[in-house]
Parts: sequence; structure tokens; C-alpha cells
Amino acid sequence: MKASVAGYIRANDVAHAVRLLASADGMGRVLAGGQSLVAAMNMRLSTGDMLVDISRLTELEGVTEEDGRLRIGALTRHAEIGRNPLIQTHAPLLAEAAGHIAHAAIRNRGTIGGALAHADPAAEFPACILCLNAVLHVTGPDGSRDIAAGDFFHGLFETALEEGEILTAISLPKAEPGEVQVVEEMARRAGDYALAGLCVTRRRAGYRIAAFSVGPRPILATGAMQALDAGDLDAAVANLAEEIEPASDTQASAAYRRHLAGVLLRRAALRIEGEAQ
Amino acid sequence: MSDQFENRIDIALTVNGEPVEARVPAGQHLVDFLRLELGLTGAHASCEHGVCGACTLRVNGDAVRGCLMLAAQADGAEIWTVEGLSDSAAFTDLQEAFVARNALQCGFCTPGMLVAAEELLSAGGVPDRAEIREHLSGNYCRCTGYEAIVDAVETVARARAGEAAQ
Repeated sequence: MKASVAGYIRANDVAHAVRLLASADGMGRVLAGGQSLVAAMNMRLSTGDMLVDISRLTELEGVTEEDGRLRIGALTRHAEIGRNPLIQTHAPLLAEAAGHIAHAAIRNRGTIGGALAHADPAAEFPACILCLNAVLHVTGPDGSRDIAAGDFFHGLFETALEEGEILTAISLPKAEPGEVQVVEEMARRAGDYALAGLCVTRRRAGYRIAAFSVGPRPILATGAMQALDAGDLDAAVANLAEEIEPASDTQASAAYRRHLAGVLLRRAALRIEGEAQ
Repeated sequence: MSDQFENRIDIALTVNGEPVEARVPAGQHLVDFLRLELGLTGAHASCEHGVCGACTLRVNGDAVRGCLMLAAQADGAEIWTVEGLSDSAAFTDLQEAFVARNALQCGFCTPGMLVAAEELLSAGGVPDRAEIREHLSGNYCRCTGYEAIVDAVETVARARAGEAAQ
């Protein structure tokens, strides 16, 4: 169908965008890459939006090193995340995950900030940044603040963003020497949302596992992490099955998703062993 | 600096090398603007939620969904449709390979398929069949079963690599 839009304006900078959102009587909607928002408007899941187009705010684009961490602007596109040398070196999880997102033409427009603020529980990037322990930087009418990834995702399409706030960037620790980061997911067709997926990293301090498409938000599987730290893969698979909250839908049953999560954890563990050698 | 949300937005862009100025409705898709206002009906509006790929266009050098981008967002953009890419002979070899390999039947998906395939080909090298399939995974074809399309793209990749090597 065709989108139903109440109004549109291009923001000149972040402060302008914040002011525009505040003036929209609660109907303000940030338009970045538009690869989820425009689709939702086309299906009339969202109507009457007052669109604040931030897609030209070049200060929100790009990847930089800052104080020993990696900073990724909210408008950095999926295709760029996949090929950026800093990300390939310091956050290979994100680069690998980008290749799983939808199709090439979508990756050319979609932005990481949009994907995180949209908070689709089946999407890769929310789980990635939870796994990588990132911090989200947001700006709103009351100024700027930082939100830990672990506090950001509240539920289905729900985040810690307050009305009128804009996600401007994320930052995350660089991978340690010898750290391994992998994504494993299962989708019926290339580009589909995963039936289940896992982000797994192994650092000196231990494993981190974030699961996606198996609950209303990305889930940090602490029980499975502890079991992997103790070297017990079977216990990790059992704990993971307890920790995730998959739903049944037309794509797959909850039981099948739970089974898949275990299979994916074994695959990830094998890969990590292989890549660490 | 205006703080006024608008229902109609002035845009200036280039389409197939020609400058275009227009006033567009806020919610109009880029593909509908091209089809309805400019008469460029090569890119097709089909699923209208970014799944089928029939509306694929080239925007600032990238293959993009024409149904997931608003015309209002195309201000300042350089856009190429299948019409312009045909007239400029940018991918005549690819079009000829589609015909030679019978890589279309009804042809509905073909404009989007060509734009998507050309993006892969223009990256250079000879992608293997799995890479071609992956790159075209966002473009549905309900006629061919894809084998002939992959054949055509592979043929052109080899031919261009051969020419480049000479």
C-alpha cells in the first residue's frame, strides 16, 4: 500500500531535530534509513506520522576510534558496517551480522541507529550490541545521556528512549587480542529474519551470549555463559533453553526455536574453538 | 531554519542525467514519483514493503528499494532507472545476456533484477554462483526459477573480467 504521512521536514542538525520532535505533539517520528519505518507506514501499521528526516546529518555518520573505544554514528549504514576496516578489526561481530540483514539494497539504506531504536527482537544488531556491552548515546530536550545496552531493550519494539530523544551514536570496547566473535543464525531464506540466532564472544573474562528472535527482546544468556566458562557445553545448551522465551508463530514453533538455539550454540562453540587456534 | 512540517515538499534532483524539480506529497514513494510524475515506468511498484525488489533503482550509486524511500528524501540525489541505464548503454551486455539465456519470461522483475545485478557486477571480479544468488536474493522472479538469471550474470561477469584482462 501507500504510506500515510501527516508531514515531513528535513532536520539541519541534531538540536533542530530534537526541537522538531518536541513540536510534533507526540506524532513526531525520526526517519533515518527508513527500511523498517517506511515499510511499516506502507502497511499502515503506522499512520499520521510527522516525519523528522535526519538522514542528511552527516555528523551522525561514520566509525571512529575514541579513547580506546569504537564509536559508530547512528546513521552508519549496514553496508558500511559490513565493509568498514575499523569494524572488521575491532568489532567483527557487527561486520558478520551485517551480512545477515535483509538484502543488499536494504543494507545500502538501513542504518544501525535505526535498527537499534526500532528494537525488533528478531534483528541482529540489538543482540550484537548487547553481546558487545555497548553504550548508546542519545540526545533529547533535556540534553544528552548514555544508556548501557543491557538497559536499553525493554520489550517488543520498546526501548529506554524517552519521547523526543534521538539515538546519535553507540560506542563499544574494542575486541581484545585473541577475542573471537561469531554470529550463528537460522533463517528459512537468505535475508529473512532468523528463526533463532546467537551472538557469542569469548574474551579473557569469559563468554558472552546474546540470543535474538527467541523472545520479546534480545536476551543475555548468563546461565549459558557461566556453563561455557566452566567448559560444559551440554549444560550451556540446557541453560540457554531455560533462559530464552521463544514464541510460536507461522514460521516456527517455540519448541523448534528452543531446539535451534541449542544447535546454534554448539555451532558457535565449534567455530570459536576453530578460529581461536 | 524552518520548523514547519510540510505536506508537500520541494525537491531538486537528477534523474537519468537530467535535472528535475518537483513538489511531491510527503508520503509519496520515490518509485511512484518516477512512474507517475516522470513517466519512468521501468521500475515496478509491486509488494510495496521492500520484499520483492521489483522497484530497485540506483540512488547515488547504490541499488535501493524505490518503495522504501520517499521522494522527499531524494532531494539532491542522483537517480538512475532502467530507462537511463539502457539509453546510456551502461549494461547492454547484461541485457543481451538476459535475452540470450532466456533469463526472463514475463519480465516484471527484470528492471529491478538488472539494477541489482549491475551493482554486483560493477564491484568487479567474477562472483561465484552462490554470491550471485546471495546478491539477488532480494529480487523475486516467479517465472524463471533463477537458474537462467544466475547464468546471465555469471556470463557477463566472466566476459567483463576477460575484457579487463586483455
